[in-house]
Amino acid sequence: MKTRIYFIKIRARLFWWNLVDVFWKMVAHRSTLIGAIVVALFIFMALIAPWIVPHNPLEGDLFKRLVPPFWIPGSTNYLLGGDELGRDIFSRIVAGAEISLWIGFLSVGVSILVGTLLGAFAGFYRGLFDELISRFAEILLAFPFLIFAIGVMAMMGPGFWNLIFALTFKGWVEFFRLIRGEVMSETTKEYVEAARASGLRNRAIILREILPNVVHSLIVLGTLRMGYMIIMEASLSFLGLGIQPPMPAWGSMVNSGRPYMLNAWWISTFPGLALLTLVLGINLLGEGLRDILDPRLRID
Amino acid sequence: MRFVKILERILATIPVMLGVAIMVFAFMRLTPGDPVDLMMGEAGVVSKAEIQAIREQFKLDQPLHKQLLSYLSGLVRGDLGTSFKKKEPVWKLIRERFPATMELALGSLLFGLAIGLPIGIWSAVKQNSPLDRLSMGGSFLGISMPPFWLGIIFIIIFSSRLRWLPVSGRIDYGFEPRFITGLYAVDSLLTGKIDSFLSSLAHLTLPSVTLGLALAAIVARVMRSSMLEVMRQDYVTLARAKGNRESSVIGKHALRNALIPTVTVVGIQIGMLLGGNMIVETVFGWPGIGRLAVDAIFARDYPLVQGVVIIYSFTYVLVNLLVDILYTFINPRIAL
Amino acid sequence: MGEELCLNITNLTTLFKTRKGAIRAVNDLSLKVGKGELLGLVGESGCGKSVTLLSILRLIPYPGEIVSGTILFEGEDLLKKNKQEIRKIRGMKISMVFQDPMTTLNPVFKVGEQIRESLSIHGMIQPTHGGKFLSLFYDHYRRKPEYRRVIEIMEQVGISTPDSRYYEYPHQFSGGMQQRALIAIALSCNPSLILADEPTTALDVTIQAQILELLKKINRERSTSMIFVTHNLAVANEFCHRIAVMYAGRIVEVGNVDSIVRKPLHPYTKGLLNSIPRMTDKSQRIEPIPGNVPDLIDLPEGCAFKPRCQWAQDRCNELPLLKDLGEDHFVRCHLS
Repeated sequence: MKTRIYFIKIRARLFWWNLVDVFWKMVAHRSTLIGAIVVALFIFMALIAPWIVPHNPLEGDLFKRLVPPFWIPGSTNYLLGGDELGRDIFSRIVAGAEISLWIGFLSVGVSILVGTLLGAFAGFYRGLFDELISRFAEILLAFPFLIFAIGVMAMMGPGFWNLIFALTFKGWVEFFRLIRGEVMSETTKEYVEAARASGLRNRAIILREILPNVVHSLIVLGTLRMGYMIIMEASLSFLGLGIQPPMPAWGSMVNSGRPYMLNAWWISTFPGLALLTLVLGINLLGEGLRDILDPRLRID
Repeated sequence: MRFVKILERILATIPVMLGVAIMVFAFMRLTPGDPVDLMMGEAGVVSKAEIQAIREQFKLDQPLHKQLLSYLSGLVRGDLGTSFKKKEPVWKLIRERFPATMELALGSLLFGLAIGLPIGIWSAVKQNSPLDRLSMGGSFLGISMPPFWLGIIFIIIFSSRLRWLPVSGRIDYGFEPRFITGLYAVDSLLTGKIDSFLSSLAHLTLPSVTLGLALAAIVARVMRSSMLEVMRQDYVTLARAKGNRESSVIGKHALRNALIPTVTVVGIQIGMLLGGNMIVETVFGWPGIGRLAVDAIFARDYPLVQGVVIIYSFTYVLVNLLVDILYTFINPRIAL
Repeated sequence: MGEELCLNITNLTTLFKTRKGAIRAVNDLSLKVGKGELLGLVGESGCGKSVTLLSILRLIPYPGEIVSGTILFEGEDLLKKNKQEIRKIRGMKISMVFQDPMTTLNPVFKVGEQIRESLSIHGMIQPTHGGKFLSLFYDHYRRKPEYRRVIEIMEQVGISTPDSRYYEYPHQFSGGMQQRALIAIALSCNPSLILADEPTTALDVTIQAQILELLKKINRERSTSMIFVTHNLAVANEFCHRIAVMYAGRIVEVGNVDSIVRKPLHPYTKGLLNSIPRMTDKSQRIEPIPGNVPDLIDLPEGCAFKPRCQWAQDRCNELPLLKDLGEDHFVRCHLS
């Protein structure tokens, strides 16, 4: 019993050392650092949003409809211009960050959870369970992502949790495959035999022995998919199927700027720019993490 | 031997397609809300008899498993039902719009490959040169870009500011060529109407570039990484040791091998191209299947949505199948 | 073994520039190969043997660079030739056989075509445009002289049923057969020098013997000189006329195979011979050489073997020169 505790302590310490090591490598790698900073900035911005927005993102001043950004003459004190209802675009972008980030985290998080659980059990136990779920995953893969998401949203109606459901429903498949593959290959390794020989129950084997070896791939893949999920959410909102106005979702902001593309280009441009920057930051971070944590996933 | 393998692959896709059909059906039926109510909601007051007639027409009064059976049997015969709103067969509506989507897909594919492949190869050959860093940076940008936004930016720049290219539609009104393949650009050339050709090309440019850039970014990355991997191999050194010209070493010995993983990725991307179409078609007002689907969804036109989703999925599965088959031809190790 | 020299390398230095410093893979190396001679180049992994061979054909990849020396072949300095001239020599006058045939043969091309390529590069046959299509018409193709020539070569290296083997891919060949194919490629234009980089290391022992026999036969029948790189002194003993021992990028001992093996003079050579397990003398202990191969970036001044040498003295801090001890035996050591 005492040796058990000792081992756990060593493991915990190793874990922290690893984390610090990863942290320093991240700092050393320039593009990853930029990505991390960008993401951190957005998160920070989302957190302090209620205090830093210069204007109310939900209320518009009809006298300020379609005003241009501050560097173009004819503007008022709206930083990036006013939208079709007179709301400050900058404030809306800042407020919208929270939504995009939440959706990104949640959809990826749930996908990871579902995908990992199913994948771990499927990879470990094999058999009928594995067959069924794999076939199901294959069928799901036959749908292009957007079609599926649009279909689900249309059926269930717009709304935050419906959106998460739609994104997750197809999102878990990738994690499922990853975990399943990793578990299957790890199962053949010796330490699993050793664990079994020492009498650990199967579930414990999975959780305590196999998963820690697999976590880094999850982190990498999760980060990379987060950007994709955020773009998907924005696309859905753009089509009017995601977050509805007047909530300041970046996608729907771009959409509402469409009729005014010719005379008030800033309505569509800046929310999209914010989206691009966030996703770029996330992708940079993800790529950097991949280089650091799991060079096997590298493609070059 | 290879023929049997191909047959195997084809047969393997049938259960998947079946699963797709069933899933679509289930989704349609399981969603809350009575479709008839939604349909009738706009028509004002209707009599019970009319409601009943509608129900019978769309077989909504029969038990679920019978609906499933008639649905599936109709599917096999190619009958996808009738649109609620437009009162026309779904299949006809889809068929009308299909060439437009096909034209856009082909245009994007051409653009994406024409840009992505050479850049990928060149970046690999001149690794770490300024061109390499620039193109990898650019491709990184390409995969982070939200497609709908890019389209709008293009419209803002090219259509409203510079007035070079039109905003939406496939072709200027009245310029449509005679129907041969359904692809306006091709048909205009075939019938010799140059002004139609130019007009359709102008309309095709922005949407193709929007979709094609994302494709080019991915293709460039994959091509570069597989070229890098291949160029490290011994057989490339041997090719040089035989006295080959460098252009032959790269263009013949290395490229053939590097194309193998690239084809796989491109195949997947083609499938996703069909899905991305919806957004780009909406942004550019392109009258394709994607637009049809989005409009149908908003109109709660279930049979149409159902039909479009099925067609999309089937096409996707088909494309993957074709890529798989093509793969066996390119990679000698797999064919046998 | 004639008096004429086939290849004369003097003061060759090849560096690899890395961030940590320059790796001196080949360090002021001098070597002579006579006409029709089988020279063995022996040493541990990482001592620069392969790099030497690659330097001869100027196949050193970036970040490597040949910085000094001369390589005289048939009276001309190879290092002074331009790209076109070198290309003519590669594969035709000097050809190379690599270590692992599975990775050296291009997996996507048929074996026969790969042999044919050597011939067509050097103008020995007409290059066939559309050869792929022609090869579909087997019978018609089989009458062509190019085809017959390749079959001839395949027979000479001992590939059985060459007619059907021509159209097969490398992964369909066994290891020994693949190596024969590589030798066929090397032989095709009748070179005067073959550079063999550990051609038997990746093969089973029985196949090894066959390949060695084949190479010996080629040497006998065509007077082809060979540089045979290996880390296995036993194989070198059996096969070569002369042996050169290499350490840390330099030749430390070179001479007639008998005198090297029976009367080794350099401590490293002695160590190598002692490390060979002998089946006959079971009581003899295997004595490995203590220490590790030196880091080629930070070479010490003087004799590179000093740290591992049991007879090291103070004067070994000065680099010994290669001394001619007569009877075709040269050594680079102060103690002889």
